[in-house]
Amino acid sequence: MRLNYILSDLGIGLKRNLSMTIAVVVTIWVSLSLFGSALLAREQVDLMKGNWYDKIQISIFLCTKDSGGRGCSGAEVTTEQKNRIKQVIESSPDTAPDGVFGETKKEAFEQFKKLYKDSPIVSTVTEDQMQESFRVKLKDPQRYQNLVSAVAGLPGVDTVQDLRQYLDPLFKALNGLQVGALVAAALLLVAALMQISNTIRLAAYARRREIGIMRLVGASNFYIQLPFLLEAVLAALIGAVLACGTLWIGVYFVVMQRAQETFRVWQWVGAAETFQATLIMVVVGLILAVVPTFLTTRKYLKV
Amino acid sequence: MIRFENVSKTYEGQSKAALLNVNVEIEKGEFVFLVGTSGSGKSTFLRLVLREHRTSKGHIMVAGKDLNRLASWRIPQMRRQIGTVFQDFRLLPNKTVAENVAFALQVIGKPRSHIRKTVPEVLELVGLDGKEDRLPDELSGGEQQRVAIARAFVNRPMILIADEPTGNLDPGTSVGIMKLLDRINRTGTTVVMATHDVSIVDQMRKRVIELENGHVVRDESRGVYGYQH
Repeated sequence: MRLNYILSDLGIGLKRNLSMTIAVVVTIWVSLSLFGSALLAREQVDLMKGNWYDKIQISIFLCTKDSGGRGCSGAEVTTEQKNRIKQVIESSPDTAPDGVFGETKKEAFEQFKKLYKDSPIVSTVTEDQMQESFRVKLKDPQRYQNLVSAVAGLPGVDTVQDLRQYLDPLFKALNGLQVGALVAAALLLVAALMQISNTIRLAAYARRREIGIMRLVGASNFYIQLPFLLEAVLAALIGAVLACGTLWIGVYFVVMQRAQETFRVWQWVGAAETFQATLIMVVVGLILAVVPTFLTTRKYLKV
Repeated sequence: MIRFENVSKTYEGQSKAALLNVNVEIEKGEFVFLVGTSGSGKSTFLRLVLREHRTSKGHIMVAGKDLNRLASWRIPQMRRQIGTVFQDFRLLPNKTVAENVAFALQVIGKPRSHIRKTVPEVLELVGLDGKEDRLPDELSGGEQQRVAIARAFVNRPMILIADEPTGNLDPGTSVGIMKLLDRINRTGTTVVMATHDVSIVDQMRKRVIELENGHVVRDESRGVYGYQH
């Protein structure tokens, strides 16, 4: 296969279809950006759910020296108090079998370090300042009232939190955003598919003489399709690279510079998640270019 | 080299057959004229040999291969053994003479050294040495057809198919083209030429196959064009 002929063909093809190629690039750019944002939103939801969200419904935080909860007396929770609390939880008819998990100060501290991994706060906080807690899984997540009232106020209990109560609306909003972004991305990707197949049809028409002669002298299908394929792949790659850049910029300015500083309560998507998303975007972009190109060239370049 | 066995071809959406029960055998190294009025089936005959269409019935063997059984990805390979020349030359207007001929080798992946050696040889054979760098527009019709023949022959095909190659040329120029095709035929290449040109057929005295309404109505060696239709 003579690469230089193919490359010169590619250059000519791109020049000839410049406006269509730009249209394809822009469409792929925008649609992949939306798609990437949706991927990140999904990651974000997972991060916010953290280690516990899918396993438990209620968190019971225990007293430290500094906590001012109803059951606290300015002292650390004692072992007896802990045993008593655990017994109450386990004996409740609403608790799922094996549904009680204890989180020690050490585990809490690890989690804290993860959340604030690049913040100066970490160095000022010690393991001792962390709160021990019980995490409880319910048989029926809707029936939390009984257990909450049974545990709240017990000696040694600082606060009782129902995680879902205030996270669920947030997740609903995030899911809505994600679905919206995916739908918009899908619509744009359909437009991109049509643009690609249209571009190829025009290009095949513009090159019908060459193609006719190629078929006549016995050029292989692949050889005839290759310039079209390369054109589409190049357009998709440019679009994908622009989309990846957009996503990085978005993550950098919106998440890393702002959200992460302001809301430390949970982990935010970062470089690792963004990198993963951009990889998926590039793959999707390439598939989107290659598949319709093969289908269209087969249709218009029949042997 | 080419064998038609009970070949019929009806194009989609048409009731009348373009070819009907055609049985023809063309040996290696033969020179055959295909004559008949427009619409008699000459072009269909040639297209079927090139496997641009499939037969509706019957089999065509080209170089020992049954075209109906040929997988579509092998068609290009098969076509490399057939050179084709048309009435309208079909040259690429933005490529020079040498580039037009070289194109046929480039697109089937021949190495550059081979192309550099072969193209001047074949241009000399067709009598175009010295005009390598001209564009098709700068050539006469006869010269353009020589370029097309050079392109068809540069890969040394076993079969050369010519569809009215002299149709756009004046009689004097046509004789030159026929001499060239005759020379190519003498190298052992089978030539099948569809034509309307009475004087050429009568002069050359080669085998003549006449088609009428899709039937072979005459097949004689050393024939003439025949009656005027």
